[in-house]
Amino acid sequence: MRFLVGASFSRTREYAALPGLALAPSKPMSTWQIVRADERIELTGELRLLDAPRIWRRLGEAAARPGEQLDLDLHDAQLIDGAIMALLVDLRASLIAQGTRSAILGAPERIQSLVHLYRGDQPPAAAGPPPAQTPPALARFGDAVARALRHARAIVVFAGQLAGALVADVRHINWREVPTLIARAGTDGIPVVLLLDFLVGFVMAYQSTRQLQIYGVSLYVADIVGLSVTRELSPLVTAIIVAGRSGAAYAAELGTMCVSEEVDALRTMGFSPIAYLVAPRTIALAVVTPVLTLLGDVVGVGGGLVVGMTSLGITPHAYINELRTLLELSDVWTGLVKSATFGVAIALIGCRQGLATRGAARAVGRSTTATVVSCLFAIVILDTVWTVIFRGLEL
Amino acid sequence: MIVSACDLTIGWSRDAILLEHASFVIERGEVFGLLGRSAAGKSTLMRVMIGLEQPIAGHVAIHIDPPADVPAGRPLFGVMFQQGALFGSMTIGENVALPLTRWSKLPPPAIRAIARAKLRLVGLEAAENELPSALSGGMRKRAALARALALEPSLVFLDEPSSGLDPITSAELDRLIHTLARALGLTVVLVTHELGSIDSIVDHCIVLDSESRSIIAEGTPRQLHSDRNPHVQHFFARVPENV
Repeated sequence: MRFLVGASFSRTREYAALPGLALAPSKPMSTWQIVRADERIELTGELRLLDAPRIWRRLGEAAARPGEQLDLDLHDAQLIDGAIMALLVDLRASLIAQGTRSAILGAPERIQSLVHLYRGDQPPAAAGPPPAQTPPALARFGDAVARALRHARAIVVFAGQLAGALVADVRHINWREVPTLIARAGTDGIPVVLLLDFLVGFVMAYQSTRQLQIYGVSLYVADIVGLSVTRELSPLVTAIIVAGRSGAAYAAELGTMCVSEEVDALRTMGFSPIAYLVAPRTIALAVVTPVLTLLGDVVGVGGGLVVGMTSLGITPHAYINELRTLLELSDVWTGLVKSATFGVAIALIGCRQGLATRGAARAVGRSTTATVVSCLFAIVILDTVWTVIFRGLEL
Repeated sequence: MIVSACDLTIGWSRDAILLEHASFVIERGEVFGLLGRSAAGKSTLMRVMIGLEQPIAGHVAIHIDPPADVPAGRPLFGVMFQQGALFGSMTIGENVALPLTRWSKLPPPAIRAIARAKLRLVGLEAAENELPSALSGGMRKRAALARALALEPSLVFLDEPSSGLDPITSAELDRLIHTLARALGLTVVLVTHELGSIDSIVDHCIVLDSESRSIIAEGTPRQLHSDRNPHVQHFFARVPENV
């Protein structure tokens, strides 16, 4: 066969013989034989990788019941390639491990060099360290909890470093990047936030219609949707979208910068990665997330209005009047406060995961996945904390 | 001969030619060096030779006649990429075993035995269960070399094996390549601009030149040291041409 890149192709048949070569891929077929004779396994002919499955099987059969001594006799071997030599060396090692004396004998000069190269003429190497065992389930659970706690602590420390940079290193924050980051996280995210928040308001209202109709209080759909969307659903849904888009993007971006030593280069040039990379991203998400949440509030309430008009026969005027009666400004701003903290948490987690990336491309993927999971976890925890605080403050 | 290139023109496009009308032959069993300064087209020429890129004109042929029962598509040569290109999600042993799991019907213990033996050849037996990220640059290169040898090729392409290594590690790797090439009867195509590698292991070489987009010299390293072409002289003297 002739491997060809480009124009025409023809078979090439004539080759120069290679002195001492145990590899001759130009031979059409190989013939070989493995015979057990008392304390010897005799290998005859040309033994190559292509025949390895059959050779391996035959060697296994020939080495059954090895006794006190079983040598591998290569006296009549004409050609042995590296893979087969590796199998012979392995077989000899396993025989010796079983307590059988074994040696590779009688190799012709050109094959002897291969025996030597593969250390078939030396005592077998000691077995390497066994692969790490999977720890028991309880140990894995404990390890996961400890890892989560370490991770949470690292995020808190990271937040402290960021606060320090915002106070002490404010001149070195990369302010020029903030508008770009806001545009990327905000403007580009608007369509998906609007669509999802609208659908959440729509579904919320739709789920309520039957119960409200039974009790004859259809107009309360505005209250249900208004309160749930502004206080909970819009901040949560928006934060989840921001985590999936921007949090993961920050982890991947900073992770790639770490892997390609760009972050190290920044450090060597005297930049603080916290001030230069993390602070602009945190500021951007702290601004963008509440704005997106506010837009989500409007379209979410709009989703409820659509259901009210189409399924409950409520007029827009009545719906809005009901909203104005029930909704207070605090319902909206508490949602926005939550939302701002979600944004800060997402940026911190994404950037921290990115800057902690070590290794190669795979590590970047792992950081991205870890960011999304950690962000979702953090969003729910923060939401719970804020809900308890606002209830305590009667807001 | 095992490789022949005939009237070869390569480059990024017809407007960005790296090498024009190049013809050369690589003989069996030799270590063949593709030399030249950075951006001379050495790695691109190698990529064309291994079929990863198409030439703009001409052709390269690899003359290997495998046994009749070799399955279609089985690689006829081994390749070691500049950065090793080991799969980060696999251990070193799994990386080396990968071609065997694809192209041989051996049971897993036999494949592991072969992979371990290949790692022993390159002195990495103890790293069998390590991930590539846990190894140094030199160790990753050696592991990549073991993987390139997994299918018992008679021809291997090595793209700048010494790049990024310290001189001692680089010399060790050169010695390893030389030992394996001689012991296994390999033909080695070596892309390099390291003079140490050229002098210590290369049998025959060609020098590419980005300015003239051609092969400006061919011969043994000893012959090239005394070549009269000023570009070749500058290359071997390690002297910038505009100084």
